[in-house]
Amino acid sequence: MDLELQGANARHPAARAGSVPALHGVSLRVAAGEQLAVIGPSGSGKTTLLHVLGAALPPQTGQLRLSGQDPWVLPRAALQRLRGQLFLAPQVPPLPPRQRVVTAVLAGRLPAQSLLSSLRSLLYPSDIPAAFSALEQFDLGDKLFERVDRLSGGERQRVGLARALLAPARLWLVDEPLSSLDPARAQQALNALTAGARERGVTLVTTLHQVDAALAHFPRIVGLRDGEVAFDLPAGQVTPERLARLYMQHEDELTGAAPSFATSVAQAADEVPEPVVMHCR
Amino acid sequence: MAGLLALVVSSFWSLDLQWAQFFSAEAAASMGRFVGEFFPPDLSPAFLRKVGVGMAETLAMSLLGTLLAVVGGLALALPASKGQQLLRAPTRAVLNALRSIPELVWAALLLISAGLGPFAGTVALALHTTGVLGRLFAESIENAPAGPAFALRAQGAGTLQVFFYATLPQVLPQVMSYTLYRWENNIRAAAVLGVVGAGGLGQLLAFHMGLFHMAKTATILAAMLLLVALVDSLSYAWRRGLTR
Amino acid sequence: MNAANPTNPTNPALTPPADRDPAWWPRVFWCSAALVLLWPLMVATEFKPWVLLEASSLRVSGRFIGSFFPPALDAEFLTLVARDTWRTVAIATAGITLAWVIAVPLTLLSTRVLSISALSGRMATLPFVARQAVRWLLIVLRSVPELVWALIFVRVVGLGPTSGVLAIALTYGGMLGKVYAEILESGEPLATQTLLRNGSGRMQAFFYALLPGSSAELVSYTVYRWECAIRSSVVLGFVGAGGLGQQLDNAMKMFNGGEVATLLLVFMALVALADRVSALLRKGLA
Repeated sequence: MDLELQGANARHPAARAGSVPALHGVSLRVAAGEQLAVIGPSGSGKTTLLHVLGAALPPQTGQLRLSGQDPWVLPRAALQRLRGQLFLAPQVPPLPPRQRVVTAVLAGRLPAQSLLSSLRSLLYPSDIPAAFSALEQFDLGDKLFERVDRLSGGERQRVGLARALLAPARLWLVDEPLSSLDPARAQQALNALTAGARERGVTLVTTLHQVDAALAHFPRIVGLRDGEVAFDLPAGQVTPERLARLYMQHEDELTGAAPSFATSVAQAADEVPEPVVMHCR
Repeated sequence: MAGLLALVVSSFWSLDLQWAQFFSAEAAASMGRFVGEFFPPDLSPAFLRKVGVGMAETLAMSLLGTLLAVVGGLALALPASKGQQLLRAPTRAVLNALRSIPELVWAALLLISAGLGPFAGTVALALHTTGVLGRLFAESIENAPAGPAFALRAQGAGTLQVFFYATLPQVLPQVMSYTLYRWENNIRAAAVLGVVGAGGLGQLLAFHMGLFHMAKTATILAAMLLLVALVDSLSYAWRRGLTR
Repeated sequence: MNAANPTNPTNPALTPPADRDPAWWPRVFWCSAALVLLWPLMVATEFKPWVLLEASSLRVSGRFIGSFFPPALDAEFLTLVARDTWRTVAIATAGITLAWVIAVPLTLLSTRVLSISALSGRMATLPFVARQAVRWLLIVLRSVPELVWALIFVRVVGLGPTSGVLAIALTYGGMLGKVYAEILESGEPLATQTLLRNGSGRMQAFFYALLPGSSAELVSYTVYRWECAIRSSVVLGFVGAGGLGQQLDNAMKMFNGGEVATLLLVFMALVALADRVSALLRKGLA
């Protein structure tokens, strides 16, 4: 799937009206099957960009075209079908704590399944071998039947990524896939992602904090700063000076230390609440 | 504050309460005699068997009624939660109507169609509890972390698929907890529904009280308390097990 | 840890931890067990929903529901309804007031925070036993359904609001007592204990330290219970305590759908109104 974004302004979904937009006049053109990484300091609008590209956040101005189609003029059913062709992986792994890994991973197939077969898959997983091989790419095969909340943060993140390998998508939008991973695992995960995308001919757009990893694995780098595209170059042309300018006043992030984000998955776990005194009993 | 006082005073005044009748020596004596007739409670095997059947009926009513309500509540909770623009208001109205009418009133209404017996009681419990649980479940759904559902919807999954794969697994602990809590309430409700004819211990109670069989009434009351205590401890143990 | 080569996913040496879902057979077992239990449940409750759809039953229900429209709106009936609505509210208010009268001394007797012997570590035996006894009394008061109390009182005092008020007073007294005690004990005990240690009496400690901190919650819960008492008093009307409940019972026995409809509507409006008033009061008094 190729995508084209022109002059987009977008506000963060939780932002108040009248606040500064997170994205300013951003234009981007990605050909089908291309792989690119978006880098930039925290707060530069990387996540917002990904959400705009994934038709999850309508841009206030500007236009988005996915395979030549503007998703926001489509009726709801057609929009959902279009969404079925893309895969958006948020930074915090979107996995229900008490679900098992096999079900969580197979959920990637939902857009291609009818309601009945997806319900049947809940009773008995419809494709255990496929789930297993997807997890094996991220070295998690042995966790196939574990519950998500028994995994570590890094393992959960990798499960979230493994979902992409099963999704019937032509476009992968991955937000910070390495934030909970140690360097060795980060290497492996990026290898799995890029190799998987290449095999399937899928367009891959990733946001990354780890600049060296970005430069090493992706042929094209887009630098984002304060909601604007600072540069859009082949990896070879990204000089240290450009990087320094991009990360001005955020130098600590340049050295690869990803800002900590709350792993809220853990706390959502087994807290069975005491029923509130209500309803007259 | 003054309004409150006025309300209280006017309530007492307007009700023409029979204090004299209640607190007179004569009333005390009759109460005393009344309470005396409770002991010894009737423990004959034939009657105990009847009470046992009544207990089983009451327990079954509470279980089945609660189970039906869980299904109904879940079915209505999804349309009643935020994000469902069209269906939200009417579904909430239905849930409100179901829960504002007390179980006893539902039972009295249903007796007309369903006849005497525990069937009316079960359906009455199911209807009322659907309203309560539906509202509680809808609030749980609204308060569940949005991440998993968002990711699936962004991927193009259908509404029901999102519900079963993302929302339901997240709210399941709360669903279980609320259900057990309502079961504790429903066993008490089931015990007294029989007073209007909906079967179980309540029907036995009303019958024997009407005939002034105080000893038998005492047994039935004891059975009610026993049943309530049993369900309370089962529910507590189950909830403890859930949090392990 | 196996050294998986990510570019060669079909390494035959790798096998999944299980070929079949290990949770399958336990699930089948529990589902079957549940179904097996469901059958006696349905038998015990005479659960035959198809009975509702039998022709004769449908005719009766249809006629009854049909008679709901139009709801009875003649002036005579409406005045009756208005009077009984007030009766219901009055029974609830009187009942809650008495419940409060019962609950307050019981709470004071049962709360651990006012224990002087507990200041120095463990509570002495006699106060402990006394407190437990009061707690058990509250539990008994709470566990007997108010309908049962009402049935008993109707035998003693006769039909009328007295039995309803007393039934609510006893049951709600138990509920209020328990929750008041919990509220008092959930607050900060430091101020109370300081006063007690410095020799002030229990009642002084209560009024100067314990009450001020928890008063908002106490009031809030009492108002909320008043709302519940209104629903209870309608239910109690079915056994002769008067008010909307009794009217509803009468109307149903006479198959008068119009009156039933009006009464139900008035009841729902009353509940909604009480809910609104209760929310306002709670916000105002807090």
